[in-house]
Amino acid sequence: MSQEQTEQFFRKLSFIRLFESHLLEQFSWGKLSGTTHTCIGQEANAVGITASMGRGDVVFSNHRCHGHYLAFTDDAFGLLAEIMGREEGVCRGWGGSQHLCRDGFYSNGIQGGIVANAVGAALAEKHAETGAVTTVFLGDGTLGEGLVYESMNLAALWSLPVLFVIEHNGYAQSTPTRLQLAGELEARPRAFGIPTLSLASNDADAVHAAVAPLFEQIRAGEGPRCFVSHTYRLGPHSKGDDHRDPAEIEARRTFDPIRLYRTKLPETRATEIEQANQNRLAEIVNRLAESEGS
Amino acid sequence: MKPQERLLVHHINRALTRIMGEDERVLMIGEDLLDPYGGAFKVTKGLSTQFPQRVHTTPISEAAIVGVATGAALRGMRPVCEIMFGDFLGLAFDQILNHATKYPLMYAQEVGCPITIRTPMGGRRGYGPTHSQSLEKFFVGIPGLEVTALHRFQPVEAFYRRAILQRDQPSLIIENKIMYGQEPLDTVARYGDFQVRRHGQDVVDAELSLTDFAHEEVTLITYGGMTDHCLEAARRLLLDEEIASNVLVLGRLSPVQLEATAAACARTGRVLIAEEGTGAWGIGSEWAAQLTDALWGKLKAPIQRVACTAPVLPNSRALEEQVLPSTDTIIQAVQTLMSRT
Ligand SMILES: Cc1ncc(C[n+]2csc(CCOP(=O)(O)OP(=O)(O)O)c2C)c(N)n1
Ligand SMILES: [Mg+2]
Repeated sequence: MSQEQTEQFFRKLSFIRLFESHLLEQFSWGKLSGTTHTCIGQEANAVGITASMGRGDVVFSNHRCHGHYLAFTDDAFGLLAEIMGREEGVCRGWGGSQHLCRDGFYSNGIQGGIVANAVGAALAEKHAETGAVTTVFLGDGTLGEGLVYESMNLAALWSLPVLFVIEHNGYAQSTPTRLQLAGELEARPRAFGIPTLSLASNDADAVHAAVAPLFEQIRAGEGPRCFVSHTYRLGPHSKGDDHRDPAEIEARRTFDPIRLYRTKLPETRATEIEQANQNRLAEIVNRLAESEGS
Repeated sequence: MKPQERLLVHHINRALTRIMGEDERVLMIGEDLLDPYGGAFKVTKGLSTQFPQRVHTTPISEAAIVGVATGAALRGMRPVCEIMFGDFLGLAFDQILNHATKYPLMYAQEVGCPITIRTPMGGRRGYGPTHSQSLEKFFVGIPGLEVTALHRFQPVEAFYRRAILQRDQPSLIIENKIMYGQEPLDTVARYGDFQVRRHGQDVVDAELSLTDFAHEEVTLITYGGMTDHCLEAARRLLLDEEIASNVLVLGRLSPVQLEATAAACARTGRVLIAEEGTGAWGIGSEWAAQLTDALWGKLKAPIQRVACTAPVLPNSRALEEQVLPSTDTIIQAVQTLMSRT
C-alpha cells in the first residue's frame, strides 16, 4: 500500500462513517423521514472491495447500500439530497435511501432479487466483451431467499464475470444467525463450484488484499467468485431499535474498521483528513440548506 | 411454404428469427430452448442453431430467467424470456413487480428495462388445473408493465418487433395455446362472412362485423383465446335471433386504452366482455368500469361479462367445457343484455 492509497482509504472510511452518523442524527431529530440502514462497522468492505473496481464495472447493492455507493461513486451530494427527498437527489427523490442508480451502480430494497439482476448484468457485459466485473453485495440473512441459489447456479453454469460478496454480520434485522442459517455458510456457494474466499477482518487493507486477486481471476475469464466477510454491524439495523446485548456490541468495538485504520496514519494526518471530511459534509449540508425551497 | 409452416407458431418463430438476426442485443432465455427440442411449444425452434451464442437454455428457474433478463436489460441487452407455461409466471412475479418494472420508475426514468416475456396461456387442451390457466389478470395491475395478447388478426412480426426492439420498458406477451396451431389472419379483409377492420399499427385491435359496422345492436369485446367463441356467437346470434353484433378483439390489455373501443360501443349501447380466466377482479372488471364511465348516458343495459365459472380448471375435457366460457354462454349473456334494455 502506498501512503497515498492508505490516506485515500482512510478518507473514504471516515467519510462514510461521518455521513451515516449525520443521517442517524438527522433521523433522531425527526429531520429525515422513512428509514435508513447504515453500514456502521462494515465500512471496510465497501472501501476494500470497490478499490479493485474501475470504469465500466457494475455494482448491485441492497438496503445497506450507502457505503457501497459512496465508495464507488463518491457522490455524497446526490446521496444526501436523495435521502432528504430532494429534486437534486441522484434519483430525484423517487428512490430514497435504498434505491440508488448511477454510473453502473444499482440498489434495491428487496432482498435477494438483485442477485439475479447482477448475474444478468454480468451476462450482458460478457456478451458485449467489456471486461467488466459485476459485484453484488448481499447479507447473510438474504441467503434465506431461494433466488440467490438459482442465480449462483446460472453464474457458475455460464461462467459469468460476477463477484458475490456476502457480508455476514451475524444478524438479519433482529434474527441471529443461529435461528436462520443451517449448515456452513461457505458451503453454499461452493456447492455450485464457485471458488469462495472467507475473511474475518475489518481491516480495509486486508479486505482489499483478499479481494483483488478475485477480481483478477474474474477478469481473466475464470468465472464467478464469492467473498464472505465475517464482520459485525456496530449500529442498529435501521434507525434505532436494537435488542442485542450491549456487552456484545461493546466487545466488537475493538474491531471498529475506522479505529483500526486510523492507527495506520500519523495522528496529525488522520486528524487533517477527518477535518477535511467534516468540511466536505458541512459544505454539502449547507448547499442543500441554501437551495431548499428555491 | 409447407402447409404446416403456415401456422401462427411458425410465424412467431420466423419473426423472432428475423429480429434476432437484425439486432445483436436480442437474447432468448428460457427452459428447454435448445434444438432439436426448440421449446415446449416449438416457438424457438431453430434459433439456437442459428444463434448459438444468444440462446440461453436455463434450469427450471423462472424467477432467475426474468431476473437475469432484467439485469441484462439494464446493461443494454434486449432479452426475450420464454416462460414455458403461463401458469409458471407466478414464480417470477416479484422480479416483474419489484425489479424489472420498478427500476425505470424508481430510478426516475434514468434507465430503461427492455425485457419481453412471452408465455402461453389458456385451456381447452386438457392440460389440467396447473397448465391451462389464463393468469394475465394478475399482471395487468402492475404499473410499468405493458401486457398485450396476441391474436390472429395481428401482424405478427410488427407486434414482436415493437415489444423487443422499440420499447424501453418491460412487456408481457400472452400467447394462446390453441392459437399456435391456427393460421394467422393478419392480412385478410374478410374472415368467413365477417368483414375485418384493423385499428392501430403494431398492437392492433381488430373489429369484425357480419353486417356494416353501423347498425349493430351489441358489441362483443374480447382478446386472445376467446376470439373464435365470440365470432361464432355473433354468427349464430344473427342467423338464429337476428341480432347483429360486432366483435372487438383487443391487442393490448394494459395500460388500458379504450378510446376507440368506447367509440365503437357508443354505436350499440350494449356491451359484453368475454375472457377465459376467472371473472372477479378480472380484465373485464376494469374494462367495464372504464367503459361505463366513458359511455355514461349511452348504455342501454349494464355491461355483461362472461368468464370462467370454476375456481379450478378440471383436467377432463368434458368438465373443462362446462366451466370455460363458450359460444352458448356468450349468447345467453347477449340475451340478458337485450332483455334488460
Ligand atoms: C424480500 C424482503 N424480505 C424482507 C425484507 C425486510 N428486511 C430488510 S433488511 C432485512 C434483513 C437483511 O439481513 P441481511 O441480509 O443479513 O443484511 P443486513 O441487514 O444484516 O445487512 C430484512 C428482513 C426485505 N427488505 N425484503
Ligand atoms: Mg446480516
